[in-house]
Amino acid sequence: MKNIHNHPNYWAFIMHRLSGLALAAFLPVHLYVLGLALADSSAFDDFISWSNTPLLKFLETGLVVFLSAHLTGGVRLLALEFLEWRDWQNSMVALSCGISICAGLVFFLNAT
Amino acid sequence: MSNDLINVSIWRGGEDGEYQTYQVPRLESQTVLDVVTYIQRELDPSLSYRFACRVGVCGSCAMTVNGKARWTCRTHVSKVAEGGQLTLDPLNSMPRVKDLVVDMETFFNKWADAKGSFKGDKTRDDALAYISPDDPKRKISSAGIECIGCGACYATCDVIKWNPDYLGPAALNRAWTLVNDERDVTGLERLAAVAGDNGCLGCHSQQGCVERCPKSLNPTGAIAGLKRETIKAVLKGELS
Amino acid sequence: MSASALRIETYLWLAQRVSALILVICITVHIATMIIAVQGGLSSEEIIARIGGSKIWLSFYLVFVSSVAVHAPIGLKSIMREMSQIPTNRIDLLSILFSLIIGVLGIRAAFGLYGLGGA
Repeated sequence: MKNIHNHPNYWAFIMHRLSGLALAAFLPVHLYVLGLALADSSAFDDFISWSNTPLLKFLETGLVVFLSAHLTGGVRLLALEFLEWRDWQNSMVALSCGISICAGLVFFLNAT
Repeated sequence: MSNDLINVSIWRGGEDGEYQTYQVPRLESQTVLDVVTYIQRELDPSLSYRFACRVGVCGSCAMTVNGKARWTCRTHVSKVAEGGQLTLDPLNSMPRVKDLVVDMETFFNKWADAKGSFKGDKTRDDALAYISPDDPKRKISSAGIECIGCGACYATCDVIKWNPDYLGPAALNRAWTLVNDERDVTGLERLAAVAGDNGCLGCHSQQGCVERCPKSLNPTGAIAGLKRETIKAVLKGELS
Repeated sequence: MSASALRIETYLWLAQRVSALILVICITVHIATMIIAVQGGLSSEEIIARIGGSKIWLSFYLVFVSSVAVHAPIGLKSIMREMSQIPTNRIDLLSILFSLIIGVLGIRAAFGLYGLGGA
């Protein structure tokens, strides 16, 4: 049975919601750990070297993809809501998707 | 082709019920409404469904066909039957009355809540308003006025499932056509009616309504227009 | 609905869009910085040399963090209203709390980085 949700703009909605939730969950941890590490500089060094491990690099790449997906998806929504309607909504979903994957790849290749 | 059979599962009952299965002869150029009519006339007269015009004008025959809301009179079996199977349900997000019939009262009340009726200030003694077909506002209005009120968009919208007070794509689309109608005098009263989270701001631009509208209208675009106009009005202090 | 409730809903919606517009710039800079900084592995000296004592980076991160503290809680509010059974007044409370947490932790981290370097 075909699903009523099976169309690009719905996938984009799901991605926006999931990436938003993931970023909201990550952010307090990110800021808290950063703040802790900054309180003493040897802890900051430990934190930075911990973040250079392969597993962490992989997770960070995921975060970069989520962050850029939320960014480009958000630009799509702002354009849709504030500009006069154009029939390029589906192209915008594809563009947003492409840019996010590129950003993740560039980060990952630079990181390894 | 005419020797083939279609296997049709139809929801029987109201909120509680079960699927009943029928075998219907496959015909050329057969619509889903033809199939339902055949079942009621030839196999099971107790089946309830709704239709009137049969030609895509009245908007009364919409059902859920293989999971998607569709106008059944203009939907060919060949386009939607998967492996000779049709599953028919009543429209989503509306109370089920019996079989394929839903109660559309709330759906239409929301059109009234969104100030979906025209109100002018001219009498029969006044001259006709002159509005060019090329007028930008007229074009925006014309783009949305062909709605037949079938409820396919409403039945597809996630926001209504999450927030039953949300006005929905059809009512908001209607309001947008009237906001752009220069002869209408409802003005700020209508903007106030469609503002806020239960109105246009509740829309997440998923565009299921655009996907499913049988008339290829664009309620998401209409709602985006309402967002801009209501925000302008709130910022100017006109809605308080 | 009362006119004041309508105003609050509209201002929250608009605040989320305006903060989104600011975040478009902040996140683009953030992602670019990450991609540049991660080359050859992160090092604390490199980060401190770039950000420490820089008033420009401090203001950038303060704007960034404040925009997130506005943007994220409004989104979470919508998600909680639509997808959870939490009562509305508790959702509002949780959102405000989340905003404060992001704001406090973010400002602390921004000043922490600023204080690590420079004169």
